[in-house]
Amino acid sequence: MKTAHPTRKAPTAEAGKPLLVVENLAVSYGGIKALKGVSLEVRRGEIVAMIGANGAGKTTTLKTIVRLLPIATGKVVYDGKDLAAVPAEEIVGLGISLVPEGRAIFANLTVRENLEIGAWNHKNRGAMDETLEDVVRLFPRLGERMKQEGGTLSGGEQQMLAIGRALMARPSMLLLDEPSLGIAPRLVADIFEAIARVAQAGTTILLVEQNTRLALKYSMRAYVLRTGEIAMTGDSKALAENEEVRAAYLGG
Amino acid sequence: MAMKILNALITGLAQGSMIALVALGYTMVYGILKLINFAHSEVFMMGAFLGFFGITALGGKDAPLVAGVGGTLLAMFFAGLLGMLVERIAYAPLRTRGKGKANTRITPLVTALGMSVLLQNLAQLLFTAQYRGYPQLLPIEDTRKVIFISAFSVMIALQFLVHKTWMGKAMRALSVNIEAARLMGIRTSRVISITFITGSVLAALGAVLYCLDQSQVYPTMGVVIGTRAFVAAVIGGIGNIPGAMLGGLLIGIIGEMTKLTAYSGLQDVLVFTALIAVLLVKPTGLLGKASIEKV
Ligand SMILES: Nc1ncnc2c1ncn2[C@@H]1O[C@H](COP(=O)(O)OP(=O)(O)OP(=O)(O)O)[C@@H](O)[C@H]1O
Ligand SMILES: [Mg+2]
Repeated sequence: MKTAHPTRKAPTAEAGKPLLVVENLAVSYGGIKALKGVSLEVRRGEIVAMIGANGAGKTTTLKTIVRLLPIATGKVVYDGKDLAAVPAEEIVGLGISLVPEGRAIFANLTVRENLEIGAWNHKNRGAMDETLEDVVRLFPRLGERMKQEGGTLSGGEQQMLAIGRALMARPSMLLLDEPSLGIAPRLVADIFEAIARVAQAGTTILLVEQNTRLALKYSMRAYVLRTGEIAMTGDSKALAENEEVRAAYLGG
Repeated sequence: MAMKILNALITGLAQGSMIALVALGYTMVYGILKLINFAHSEVFMMGAFLGFFGITALGGKDAPLVAGVGGTLLAMFFAGLLGMLVERIAYAPLRTRGKGKANTRITPLVTALGMSVLLQNLAQLLFTAQYRGYPQLLPIEDTRKVIFISAFSVMIALQFLVHKTWMGKAMRALSVNIEAARLMGIRTSRVISITFITGSVLAALGAVLYCLDQSQVYPTMGVVIGTRAFVAAVIGGIGNIPGAMLGGLLIGIIGEMTKLTAYSGLQDVLVFTALIAVLLVKPTGLLGKASIEKV
């Protein structure tokens, strides 16, 4: 598996080219504009963070990329392919997996079944078992709870399951929507370490977080979203030093 | 008396397993779409008609095996098709177009009621309101055995489908979170179609078995059985498959037991009393789970 394997790197010839390009994206709910022209780019092998306050439009951006929401204007291009006409069901087949906000695991399915469903797109048993082993290596806690119903896991374990489920599809690009939401600090650290390992193995990552400190620590570049617009962008280190960012998102 | 009770129990189980077959369709559709498919009782009725015509065309009494099996399969096939069409024509457009708008719960319900009335009237138009008798293919004792055995094997097969196959996994996943299921690459509209087909096929089987036992076919027959089956689904915990089976059996047995008493006319009263009693004690039905949402 190329995602959760800590030793394998992304092919270097490919690295650095833009994998996901979002151009001037506008989305509205009924009459309310949630995104007013968002542009961003994620290059192969990068971890890019998107930060912003409640209601800034982070979730809307991710949901639109995976085609769960209609695009009003603008473009989403993945690996050179315009996603405008691609239905949500086909996104995972192109190599994009979203770990949704609030995890959205299948509560009535066992942990194993949740993971198997993640591999829906390539139901070939052999490859699936191998990927499953990789996921369990990444999150040993899941391995101990294979037969448990997903809904009975703790919040942190559910987040691990949601990430594991997304990895089962062997994505080239992982979109994460607030993986730290409502999770005990100790587990948050585990989860971010795991994300870092997934990235190291060559998976490109777009990370949405309200926990600005963590997001900037683990990412290379970041975008700051404010009421549906990109307010700032730059290297994560630089943003972490930035006065405005510090005041608004890092508590001074 | 003991013999009578035993007989009533056996008849009740046969009756109940038929009701369960119909109840499964309500529960499966509710499970994945949170929609009460009122048209389901009409698919049951159409299944009964299809079975009638199929069995008659294939020789009826003169060729009981061929007519019985062939007619049942025909009824199942066309009922499945009908169930799929109902979903595609009436419900699917609402799901895609009504998304994010108000009344997303009420609109499909009203549509379902409309579909039910439409199918009933269509049956009146095509078949007239006349009562038709199924040919007696087997002695009544054997009929009950056949009912019981086929209903149970089908239910076991359904449990297998839902718990052991990819399609079943997809159905259960979809029932929890349709958006997340789409993100996994599950073609949800296909899974929904298959759910409607499965429910309708089971209803048609129930219909043919019902008519082989009770023999009358008429356009409004769906109302009585449909109501009982729906109640069975709710008693068992709507959305829960073993619950629908349990609810069906309970209602079948309650029905037959009342017939032993002086109050045989009160069968449906008792059925509803049982419903209210169960819901008072356990609002989610016997096997229904209160949904826990972790944040
Ligand atoms: N289904 C919806 N219907 C109407 N408005 C919506 C809907 N979903 C989101 N919005 C609005 O769109 C805006 C952006 O919401 P979004 O969920 O993308 O924010 P977010 O940045 O993810 O916030 P949070 O950090 O709280 O998750 C908000 O003003 C929100 O109220
Ligand atoms: Mg959000």
